Amino acid sequence: MKLSYTVLEGEYARAGEASSAVKKVLKQLGVPAPVIRKIAIAMYEAEINMVIHANGGVVDVDILPDKVFIQLTDTGPGIPDIEMAKREGFSTASDEARDLGFGAGMGIPNMIRNSDFFNIKSEVGKGTTVEIAVNL
Amino acid sequence: MTIQQVSEILNAEVLTTADKLDTVVDSACGADLMSDVLAFSAGHALLLTGLINLQAIRTAEMMDMRAVVFVRGKKPTQDIIDLANDRDVILMTTKHNLYAACGLLYINGLH
Ligand SMILES: Nc1ncnc2c1ncn2[C@@H]1O[C@H](COP(=O)(O)OP(=O)(O)O)[C@@H](O)[C@H]1O
Ligand SMILES: [Mg+2]
Repeated sequence: MKLSYTVLEGEYARAGEASSAVKKVLKQLGVPAPVIRKIAIAMYEAEINMVIHANGGVVDVDILPDKVFIQLTDTGPGIPDIEMAKREGFSTASDEARDLGFGAGMGIPNMIRNSDFFNIKSEVGKGTTVEIAVNL
Repeated sequence: MTIQQVSEILNAEVLTTADKLDTVVDSACGADLMSDVLAFSAGHALLLTGLINLQAIRTAEMMDMRAVVFVRGKKPTQDIIDLANDRDVILMTTKHNLYAACGLLYINGLH
């Protein structure tokens, strides 16, 4: 099953709606709650990043018999040093992002911790693509 | 401990539709940083927070939490209450600060 969502630029209040929709679908499909939670946490952190660090983007979700694959693509500013960005505590988040309860540099570590496959590709000035897979 | 008991211990006002207050919660976490909640609170059913926004409700939703307590007497706007009702998250507000609210629940047996 393939699902696609548009995450809107600057919509701080709505960030997380796509993750919430995916969670609902997985629940309907009878996926066990702890597995859904891993997917929800990883996707929610990535979705929030698209809003607080980029200008929104597109989320494509592919639900396969043995895994869920999620690709989040934005055309934001990109990440100059990915190894640095992966470190717990590293953050360039704005005050606005911190007011949301995010921006402690734990998003990417949370994505890695909750996924069975994780990849982040980024080019400065072009954008960022995050790939997350969780085994069912 | 039931959510009804939580609300009594904290002298909290329940803001969402007042059903399911007999839901049992057996652990809680207190945090203002949603990434902390997403990282460390799997399995906890109750979130106490001073962060009054839609993301607090969404974080609870992602973590399958049953209830959120807003501390320091902060009152959420209607859109926050509506989202909580929609996502089956019980929402309440207490005058206690985060430290005191967590402490009160802890000494009453919620660990
Ligand atoms: N989609 C993105 N576009 C641009 N930069 C990003 C993106 N996602 C993450 N980053 C960069 O990586 C850093 C670390 O991300 P993360 O671990 O989620 O922490 P936080 O969001 O709390 O800053 C961010 O502060 C930002 O500099
Ligand atoms: Mg982040």
